Amino acid sequence: MSVIEATPTPYRPKRTGEPLLRLEGVKKHFPITRGKQIGAVHAVDGVDLEVHPGETLGLVGETGCGKSTLARVAMRLFEPSDGKIWFNGQDITRVKGDELRALRRDMQMVFQDPYASLNPRKTVGSIIGAPLRLHQTVPKSKIKPEVQELMRLVGLNPEHYNRYPHEFSGGQRQRIGVARAIALKPKLIVCDEPVSALDVSIQAQILNLLSDLQSELNLTYLFIAHDLSVVKHVSDRVAVMYLGKIAEMAEKETLYDSPKHPYTGALLSAVPIADPNIAKKKKQIILEGDVPSPIDPPSGCRFHPRCYRAQERCSVEEPELRVMDSGQLAACHFPLETRIIDAPTVTDPGSSTRSTPSPSSCWSCRRSS
Amino acid sequence: MPEPLLEVRDLRVHFPTDDGLVKAVDGLNFSMVAGETLGIVGESGSGKSVSFLTVMGLINRKSAIVEGEVIFQGQDLLKLPTDELQAIRGSKIAMIFQDPMTSLHPFYKVGDQIAEAILAHEEVTKKEAGDRAIEMLRRVNIPRPDERARQYPHEFSGGMRQRAMIAMALSLNPDLLIADEPTTALDVTVQAQILSLIDHLQTEFNTAVALITHDLGVVAEHCDHIQVMYAGKIVEEGSGDDIYYRPMMPYTWGLLRSIPRLGHVSERLEPISGSPPSMIFLPKGCSFSPRCPYVFDTCHVEEPPLEPVDGHHAAACHLSLEDRERIVREEVVAS
Repeated sequence: MSVIEATPTPYRPKRTGEPLLRLEGVKKHFPITRGKQIGAVHAVDGVDLEVHPGETLGLVGETGCGKSTLARVAMRLFEPSDGKIWFNGQDITRVKGDELRALRRDMQMVFQDPYASLNPRKTVGSIIGAPLRLHQTVPKSKIKPEVQELMRLVGLNPEHYNRYPHEFSGGQRQRIGVARAIALKPKLIVCDEPVSALDVSIQAQILNLLSDLQSELNLTYLFIAHDLSVVKHVSDRVAVMYLGKIAEMAEKETLYDSPKHPYTGALLSAVPIADPNIAKKKKQIILEGDVPSPIDPPSGCRFHPRCYRAQERCSVEEPELRVMDSGQLAACHFPLETRIIDAPTVTDPGSSTRSTPSPSSCWSCRRSS
Repeated sequence: MPEPLLEVRDLRVHFPTDDGLVKAVDGLNFSMVAGETLGIVGESGSGKSVSFLTVMGLINRKSAIVEGEVIFQGQDLLKLPTDELQAIRGSKIAMIFQDPMTSLHPFYKVGDQIAEAILAHEEVTKKEAGDRAIEMLRRVNIPRPDERARQYPHEFSGGMRQRAMIAMALSLNPDLLIADEPTTALDVTVQAQILSLIDHLQTEFNTAVALITHDLGVVAEHCDHIQVMYAGKIVEEGSGDDIYYRPMMPYTWGLLRSIPRLGHVSERLEPISGSPPSMIFLPKGCSFSPRCPYVFDTCHVEEPPLEPVDGHHAAACHLSLEDRERIVREEVVAS
């Protein structure tokens, strides 16, 4: 612990310890053309990330920060412009054809909009059964019982096998999407804003379903959302993205307790808290302006034009993601020292017995294991 | 007790459809005083938007059955002829909507759209209206307002469009601003900008604000008084402390237990079972009874009235007050 504190080193993902998904220097630039290429949208611009088996990594950031693009690159739905992707120990950056198809069995996705992500002309049975038919993991005659078992698993009535998506409510449709994603028993599921389109009373049902399935089927989640309270609830670790780069990444308690990157601080302070006493004590940081265009990102630190702590160095030198003294990774020259939300993290007497190791020791044990 | 600015009495808005009568709003009573912020929370379909669209006179009276009274500054808006309503709408009561993309006209310059609202209500020249539009854009913190006024909505970002909508709504210094999910389409950082702007302008202009939202966090931070709506009715109302620390209605408990909150540790969320009822076939008795874990015989037969708990805090529930206080103490606030 003290060693890390003394010499903050630039962060490089380790090659050992077998993460399920590892990204190294991944970039995705979309070309802008007027006859010839005149520029590029730097949607993802150099991201290092690891997702360990059985964990949930939350990915937060504002609209257009590249979180969905990153997930799609990781799933090989987009070709990365640069960098490398490992899945389950295998370099999948360039796999294609049958090999890629086989790979897709192990990585599935749950989408944001349960109205748009289900084909309205197909029955629920055929939607959930589609991956089974395509990958031929079960014989044809077994597809129906298998689909009905999946429907039971996600809390749908198996008798509704022949119904169409419009006959279901938003929450039930999202259950259909989840059933389809787990049909092939994947290792990794990317959840791209799975609850943002749902009513508050329904959100909790889906979040609980996802966490039940995780322990039952030993799933790993990459959970993308813009709602920081939801991300805190579901994640083990959280990565904050800003303009195509990771600004900060940490165990969730560390990140919410002592954010180091000013952007994380601003995000946390912007979240409305449904508890007037905590809300009153919260620090108010209101960011000026909007997220700059990813076509021409600012020099130096990408956050410096909106940053309330920016100094001259920030506009010149780009900060690297490095280990901070509280254990998390942050890319900032002048990290924060104070808390944003002043509330005890452990209020539930039941969970205080589950002694949480100090964040920094936790991170270092993961790094050295 | 100050004179209420707005008083809604027994408002009912029903829509006849081929499938039956949709009782979107069914017996709504509330009042607002000048300068206060009223928060209205509820899920989609709970009637929160329809009730305020009715206050604005934006519900087509040919396709809806509207009953009750909407008294604004001593006048019943539901009985006013269209031209008199027109004079109030926009100048005395203004509204901003959820989606700033669709509520600005794409073919007209932003400055002209704001000026149009001023010209419709006041005897001013086009030049004066234009200057006031620029001044309003400055007030809502849009940089270089004179240039921005000459631009079209598509040249604005989402947050700036919502600022322009606010500029338009406040350009005539209304007494009541209705904000219908003003930040739902925006990112949290922009949401914080917009809400602090509304707070700031509210104190400056002493405008009463009705903030309609589904986000319990937004109302906790910005509202003096909160109403919780379910199936076209108010099921609980009170101050922030009442709603968050002494809620007295099972639906409110359900809401508070089902949302993850920063600063709280919860191993597991407790969702409300089932889904909101159909507004055509409302359950008999209490409309929350099919989803309520504390339901008993009376709930299926008799509709609970909204009864005062203490002061301005009121809730609609058949459970005895002692029972509810015990449940809140043991199960709701503890979690």
